[in-house]
Amino acid sequence: MTVEKTALPNPGLTSMTVREALRDGMAEEMRRDSTVFLMGEEVAEYNGAYKVSQGLLDEFGSKRIVDTPITEHGFAGLGVGAAFGGLRPIVEFMTFNFSMQAIDQIINSAAKTLYMSGGQMGCPIVFRGPNGAASRVGAQHSHCYASWYAHCPGLKVVSPYSAGDAKALLKAAIRDPNPVIFLENELLYGHTFDDVSQDPDYVLPIGQALIRRPGKDVTITAFSIMVGKALEAAEALAELGIDAEVIDLRSIRPLDTETIVRSVMKTNRLVSVEESWPFAGIGSEIAALMMEHAFDYLDAPVFRVTGADVPMPYAANLEHLALPQVADIIEAAKAVCYKS
Amino acid sequence: MSKLISQDEALKAYHDMLLIRRFEERAAQLYGMGLIAGFCHLYIGQEAVVVGIQSILQPQDTIITAYRDHGHMLAAGMDPKGVMAELTGRSGGYSKGKGGSMHMFSREKNFFGGHGIVGAQVPIGTGLAFAHKYKADKGVSITSMGDGAANQGQVYESYNMASLWKLPVVFIVENNHYGMGTSQERSSAGPNYYGRGQGWNIPGEKVDGMVYTAVKEAAARAVDHARAGKGPYILEMDTYRYRGHSMSDPAKYRSKEEVETVKVDRDPIDHFRIYMTKTLKISEDKIKKIEDDIKVVVLEAVEFSKTSPEPDPSELYTDILNEGNAVT
Repeated sequence: MTVEKTALPNPGLTSMTVREALRDGMAEEMRRDSTVFLMGEEVAEYNGAYKVSQGLLDEFGSKRIVDTPITEHGFAGLGVGAAFGGLRPIVEFMTFNFSMQAIDQIINSAAKTLYMSGGQMGCPIVFRGPNGAASRVGAQHSHCYASWYAHCPGLKVVSPYSAGDAKALLKAAIRDPNPVIFLENELLYGHTFDDVSQDPDYVLPIGQALIRRPGKDVTITAFSIMVGKALEAAEALAELGIDAEVIDLRSIRPLDTETIVRSVMKTNRLVSVEESWPFAGIGSEIAALMMEHAFDYLDAPVFRVTGADVPMPYAANLEHLALPQVADIIEAAKAVCYKS
Repeated sequence: MSKLISQDEALKAYHDMLLIRRFEERAAQLYGMGLIAGFCHLYIGQEAVVVGIQSILQPQDTIITAYRDHGHMLAAGMDPKGVMAELTGRSGGYSKGKGGSMHMFSREKNFFGGHGIVGAQVPIGTGLAFAHKYKADKGVSITSMGDGAANQGQVYESYNMASLWKLPVVFIVENNHYGMGTSQERSSAGPNYYGRGQGWNIPGEKVDGMVYTAVKEAAARAVDHARAGKGPYILEMDTYRYRGHSMSDPAKYRSKEEVETVKVDRDPIDHFRIYMTKTLKISEDKIKKIEDDIKVVVLEAVEFSKTSPEPDPSELYTDILNEGNAVT
């Protein structure tokens, strides 16, 4: 297995997979706070459909690691009620595709009630699970929800790339007094990164992007699995003489607009990468923000690299075409540098 | 036949039911005057349900309902001023004017709303029960819905989890026989709502929701069952709303005679008043005093709801996120 070097020298950091990092993040917070519990389909006895909750039932028992029936709308609402009642639920969706069954409870009950109650009814809850495309699972199991949830005031939306970020941001999400949508990626679960802190007090603040690769010619924003593709593209671009700066958004809402603007003030060019659909996507929002905050610094229109505007096809060749590839990012960067 | 209740209890029950009735009548007036806007669902006719249930609750118990919620709040002891001022959208309202008729809450009184999406309060109430059990605080969640909500899928997801995990929740189906303009007969296959927990081994019973003592006794059985760790219980309250679904509903889907018959034969307050004077031998003076007191309280609530200022414009952008103990 390859270990992805994140170039973050720190002697306290260790290597592990995203899957293990998420598990450790939950376990540390459950040791720290007895009101934290995990519920979802197959999280306990099966150890998680994707083994993210491996071993948690053994350590914490069935009171705190709760297998639910297949009843997303119901258990999402139950989680919201438990949060109103003083607990800190972590609700796992086997995939975020199934959260569409529960989206009324997430938006109408979890996100809006603090406002509707004049500040009385906080809802400290984490909804987490794999988001976006995996591999050959078709249109109903490949959906990225970043834009959907980021649209809504009252929610925070986080989507980490590396194992270290996954752990530290999940811990922040669990401690956060608000509902947090925590978008993971199935394909990243098995990736190993060398950036995981083992300090149980180490958490990352939600809302800060990370410049994963500094550069001066073009800014590339990405989140989750697309960060890896953006980094790959940046390496290829370097050989073409284009020095790309890659920003890992990490948090979609709140979005770290300042970091993106600063980067664009330096590079004067921006490529946004996401695997979801183009219309009203995260790239659309970033493009609008750059028009508002960095218009005079742009030397080219913002370029959106997105998934194709189609339901995800099953056929291998079509699926490949529907998802942003490294080559698409390279072409986009060349285009905004007028080098195509 | 119900056991006789004490004079003190009767006076309190009469007070609480009449307060709801008079409050709602005033709310209707304020709506007509344009001081209350949007959706406003009145509880007139159903008063015995919430007052009967409330009479047997303990301080740690939690209450949640849908949007016909003014009665629940007043029965739970919330201040009529704060409720009325929320209806008029003023800063003195329970949600600072930002929630409205359907969205009010009181942590102090363990009232968890006030929810506008039909049926969505049911999983949330089941979650409150989950928290009671998790914290072992001996609390019971009183989760109310109407006959309209009783056909929502999430209700049955909740029944399943509540029974599976033996959660301390009493599901109250306030059957007023109309989900907006659609009668029970036109919306619901099957003869009843109290029996709909059978598939999950949830006991249920039908209750005359127009009779305070009947509600109270059934609620006591149900709450005792839940508090003892035996799991959920369903109570179908046979009741009736005198007004339309909301203020904009002229209720043409039912006859005037039907409404009048219920008012004459089953009114929960009129019949309770007769029970107080004839059976419990409570003096007219004592009853009259309650009626006079309520008049004052409701007028004060109206006055407060008119004079409390609108929320400051700065409130537009508050209470969106709780930054209390967030990680920074």
